[in-house]
Amino acid sequence: MAVQTQSTRATAPILKLARANVWESRNLLGLVFMLPAASLLLLFLTYPLGLGLWLGLTDQKIDGTGGFIGLGNFISLARDSVFLLSIFNTLLYTVVASIIKFALGLYLALLLNNRMPFKAMIRAIVLLPFVVPTVLSAIAFWWIYDAQFSIISWVLMKWGWIDRYIDFLGQPWNARWSVIAANIWRGIPFVAITLLAGLQTIPPSLYEAATLDGATPWQRFWYITLPVLSPIIAVVMTFSVLFTFTDFQLIYVITRGGPLNATHLMATLSFQRAITGGQLGEGAAIANAMIPFLLVAILFSYFGLQRRKWQHGGRD
Amino acid sequence: MAAKTAQLEGMDYLASTPRRVVTLWLPLSIFIFVLLFPFYWMTVTSFKPDIELYDYSHYNPLWVVHPTLQHIYKLLFETDYPSWIMNTILISVASTFLSLFCSVCAAYAIERLRFTGSAYVGMCIFLAYLVPPSILFIPLATMVFQFGMFDSDWALILTYPTFLIPFCTWLLMGYFRSIPYELEECALIDGASRLQILIKITLPLAIPGLISAGIFAFTLSWNEFIYALTFISSSENKTVPVGVITELVEGDVYHWGSLMAGALLGSVPVVILYSFFVEHYVSSLTGAVKE
Repeated sequence: MAVQTQSTRATAPILKLARANVWESRNLLGLVFMLPAASLLLLFLTYPLGLGLWLGLTDQKIDGTGGFIGLGNFISLARDSVFLLSIFNTLLYTVVASIIKFALGLYLALLLNNRMPFKAMIRAIVLLPFVVPTVLSAIAFWWIYDAQFSIISWVLMKWGWIDRYIDFLGQPWNARWSVIAANIWRGIPFVAITLLAGLQTIPPSLYEAATLDGATPWQRFWYITLPVLSPIIAVVMTFSVLFTFTDFQLIYVITRGGPLNATHLMATLSFQRAITGGQLGEGAAIANAMIPFLLVAILFSYFGLQRRKWQHGGRD
Repeated sequence: MAAKTAQLEGMDYLASTPRRVVTLWLPLSIFIFVLLFPFYWMTVTSFKPDIELYDYSHYNPLWVVHPTLQHIYKLLFETDYPSWIMNTILISVASTFLSLFCSVCAAYAIERLRFTGSAYVGMCIFLAYLVPPSILFIPLATMVFQFGMFDSDWALILTYPTFLIPFCTWLLMGYFRSIPYELEECALIDGASRLQILIKITLPLAIPGLISAGIFAFTLSWNEFIYALTFISSSENKTVPVGVITELVEGDVYHWGSLMAGALLGSVPVVILYSFFVEHYVSSLTGAVKE
């Protein structure tokens, strides 16, 4: 072995030097290490993102025909009442579900932050709705909302609160509230567990000092918990808004956009037009119409992420 | 020790027991009831014979009088369910390992090699995490078709990393950052190459991070729906979530028993895996938003 090394060094010192350079130059080595991830992401993420923007400007069909039509898709979509309804539905779905998810999730996080027996087990149980595949729990909700055999209707009938079964998914507004409720159920654990991680970093001494100064529980929450938690709230809510806005699975399983398109989100409508209907260009245009909304959410996160100086002992 | 206990307990000793019942246990049990009820309902439904399933006046719907395995039997022997399970396992495992490999290399390069522009690459990785599958599936579908991967496992194994790599890389960057730089310097002085350092020093220290990222990536690919729905057409190639919703629903007749059994069986593997690695799972969930 030693002899061999000796001979290589003797015969090809320049080669050896070049090889050493490859393995010691940070930039070249960095490039080699980045290669697998970068090539996959560029090919299957960046390129399709651009391709999608282009497809939105064409009237391509699923059989491959069609060509560039400029803003034609967006002009016809602007007069398309189903598309406009889907924007309304998406905004309603996102705003209502996100606000309730945040309120209930924060409340659950505050509850879980108490000292109690079986804390780890309770936390593990609470996270279950997030772990189980969304489609499969959505099927359970579909069955819970069944017109004839809904367990909710049955219980309410038993208690005498209603006199006939609720038509959860047959009426537009009922259906909207039903899918929003299912989305909230799915989202609370994520918000609660991530906010709980933030709560656990707040030192108890802050609360003790505030209590000695005579602060009420509400004041302790408003002046200690909320300000310290605000950076993590910004990130969690951005993710929550992002995932709610682009939601597809719940709607596809529970209502497929019905009744009368009352629950169509932009994502489900784009799937219906592009894959079921074969109008790839139009579907891509609907998907692209989501991007401005997402950019607003990301910018919001970016500015929310900036840590405030006072959190490090400085002044704003 | 005393200080630690005091810190853990905080001011809880000030709250009396009856007060804790109202402010803590009552709301907490309502939360847990609501969060768990759909799973209970799913389980009860999958073991009910059809006669109990559709007759609420003679049988209490909240309980099973004569439990039966007929729905599970039908699922396993009269549908493609076993092959959906096998596909889902294969695709999830393959895309998880592919993503872990790519992410380890990328995170090490960004965090430790610190090549020119690594900060920007790190930022791009984070932005890639924010690109939702809902706006990518249409162009990806046309690409998958052109590459001739339509209706094959490869279509999913190669596209799932688009959301797994950004997440895993971001998480592993945090773990690598927590490993003392001095350890690597010692190894460099002793003549180790970068690759040796990565394999013999950094990776063993980052094992908790690797498990966290792996578990989370596995459940994410198990749950994925929109790509699997779009890129796969023949029944025996489908994954569990897609198979259950597209193949078990026949026209207007819903076989709720087998639908629920399908949902239950599809959830159990993920839940078992999760129950073994709860701490890792939680740390990856919270680690991803903390940075």
